[in-house]
Amino acid sequence: MEMKQHNWIPGNFKSVPDIGRSAQNDSVQHGWTPITTTTSVLGVVFDNGVALAADTLTSYGSMACFQNNPRILTVNKNIIVAASGEYSDFQFIRDAVEEKVRTEISLNDGISMKPKALYTWLSRVLYNRRTKMKPLWSTFLVAGIQNDEPFLGQIDKLGTAFVDEQIACGYGAYLALPLLRKGIEEKREKSNSKLTKEEAVDLLKKCMEVLYYRDARSHDKYQIGVVTKDSVEVLDLALKPTWEVAKLVQGYE
Amino acid sequence: MFRNQYDSDVTVWSPQGRLHQVEYAMEAVKLGSAVVALKNKTHAAIVALKRAPNELSAYQKKIIPVDDHIGFSFSGLLADARILSKYMRSECSSHKFAHGEDLPVNRLMTKVGNRMQLCTQRYDKRPYGVGLLVAGYDDNGPHIYQTCPSANYTDCKAMAIGSRSQSARTYLERNLEAFKETTLEELLKHGMRALRDTLPNDVNLTSKNVSIAVVGKGQLFEIFNEEKTQAHLLLIEGEERRAPVPSSDSASSGSQPPQDGPGAPPSDAVPAVAMETE
Amino acid sequence: MDTVIDRGAPKARNFEPYASNGGSIVAISGKDFVIVASDTRLSEGYMIYTRKQSKLFQLSDKSVLGCTGCWCDTLSLTNIIQSQLKSYLHDHNTIMQPGSIAQLLSTLLYSRRFFPYYVYNVLAGLNENGEGCLYSYDPVGHCEKVSYTAGGSSGVLMQPFLDSWLGKRTVDSPVSEEEALNLVKDAFTAAGERDIYTGDEVVYNIIKKDGIKSGVVQLRKD
Repeated sequence: MEMKQHNWIPGNFKSVPDIGRSAQNDSVQHGWTPITTTTSVLGVVFDNGVALAADTLTSYGSMACFQNNPRILTVNKNIIVAASGEYSDFQFIRDAVEEKVRTEISLNDGISMKPKALYTWLSRVLYNRRTKMKPLWSTFLVAGIQNDEPFLGQIDKLGTAFVDEQIACGYGAYLALPLLRKGIEEKREKSNSKLTKEEAVDLLKKCMEVLYYRDARSHDKYQIGVVTKDSVEVLDLALKPTWEVAKLVQGYE
Repeated sequence: MFRNQYDSDVTVWSPQGRLHQVEYAMEAVKLGSAVVALKNKTHAAIVALKRAPNELSAYQKKIIPVDDHIGFSFSGLLADARILSKYMRSECSSHKFAHGEDLPVNRLMTKVGNRMQLCTQRYDKRPYGVGLLVAGYDDNGPHIYQTCPSANYTDCKAMAIGSRSQSARTYLERNLEAFKETTLEELLKHGMRALRDTLPNDVNLTSKNVSIAVVGKGQLFEIFNEEKTQAHLLLIEGEERRAPVPSSDSASSGSQPPQDGPGAPPSDAVPAVAMETE
Repeated sequence: MDTVIDRGAPKARNFEPYASNGGSIVAISGKDFVIVASDTRLSEGYMIYTRKQSKLFQLSDKSVLGCTGCWCDTLSLTNIIQSQLKSYLHDHNTIMQPGSIAQLLSTLLYSRRFFPYYVYNVLAGLNENGEGCLYSYDPVGHCEKVSYTAGGSSGVLMQPFLDSWLGKRTVDSPVSEEEALNLVKDAFTAAGERDIYTGDEVVYNIIKKDGIKSGVVQLRKD
């Protein structure tokens, strides 16, 4: 009888699947789950730049495995990238991007990559991998300055790509995105202008706190990357959560 | 036929350190009709002379578009230029596909240069018998690049190649200072005047034998149609033409082929001679 | 016969290469114009990715392609079409006519017959005689020339609506530009009420001899 591959059980050596023998096996072997995962990334555009926020936790299932894994990457003087999902896939892309940047520096022709180019490139890479059914299980946020204008875009593991002024992925899409939209909208209604850098960073801090209270895979240490026309910086931050209100939640005790 | 010992294929050096096959290929560039390219702060322009091979045929196309922001004119073998244009187009297209933006001009020239170099180093290939004047626009502004069969390429402020192009280069050198700050219209006038200087006295520029293309800030690469060309030609009509070119000038080459210094010992046959005794 | 016992070992979640990102297209052709419109909501499940993603792709000054379905396939497909059109322009020194683009698109879609582009396409253009023409597709390349169509997540809602207004029109009473635009707006307003994947805004392109006119209409944001 043919062995069912899906039901491989750790330790049951007799049923270790015979990998890579036939093309037929290949077509069912692709079932693939992320192992070392990271949670939400938030991004928001402000008047003269873009800010990203992501915590530094990498989980192994429900275990808070690596607590100091930064995932905001400074690509060059005007691009930062952050990722959520499988951490090793982020590392793979990080290496590829760094190689691209090194090649560009060695050309020494005064041209450096722009965020839209990296965003398009990432969407092609991720799309090609999904078409091979070997996806890179990550979602990327690309932030930067494109021809003096702030740029923020997201690409997911399928290659689905879009640009917006506020983006959140993972749990953040449910919990933080409404807060980001509200913050931006309120500012526009009040003074018909965009957020300032300080307001954007404060808004992200608020969102990271909210996420920390409800997203079980989040962490209190996080980073905020800010890119403007003349600077790129990544700040290391820590939350000071208050659990006082927790008592008010029914069933908490 | 005048030949010498060291020109049988491109992989053979002459004792003077020259590659004769490559230099012969550079002679092919001088046989084509003249092309002028020049730029100001915002635009790059090409003004080219078209030839009709005989009375019965149409004027040959002289300017080839590569992408929205790059195009080139050439002198030498049209067929070789077409192969290069195909390569350049596919490079531009794949860069746009992968990065969603135009390929910077200098990056394209590096690729073209590398490709052209390959056939100067292999016995089973021949160098491209064509010189290009590439006009392009990117974030660093307008660019003019010249390539030649030796696979050298140069970033230029202005350049002319092709037959009798020395006169055009002389014009460009004399007026170089004016180009940078001038308007596009004035720039084209300079280009047309430079091209006119390459013509024998009894021939003039017409909308049939001139091809003009521009590219620049907010201007995709555009080859002017006949009406537009005519309108621009009218701008310099009636101007006094420069004194006729001394006949020795027409044979003199561009700045490109490396020449032995005046004090060089008696050397291999000069390629130019080889061509003329044909 | 073996029975396979699931002992709770980590189950491989099968990778799903497709996503349904919603969005709708409506297009109506007339004697000397064609109008094509899409909403601007890009979503997946209960998540709105963005509220301002137009699904119209201008291919030339005479043709516009509307795509809905799996957004990553849309991006890839339109990218390929655009670079093919550029090489056609270089080879033939003329832009590709809508009829030829229609065939190209069909061939491209069918080339992925066994791993399809999950995209519903509507191609709108002006033909050689300046008449509006419309082509409607299924994801594997079936192509049909139509005079009006609706596609995407609200296609099934809007198509009967268009049928009731335009289905019995004859050549003697062609649809006017104004009427067509109003039908487009009404169709989207209705769809926005019932379909959560259609909303936010409608962008429309009216292709005529003297160029492409575009506009925006607001829809429900919830």
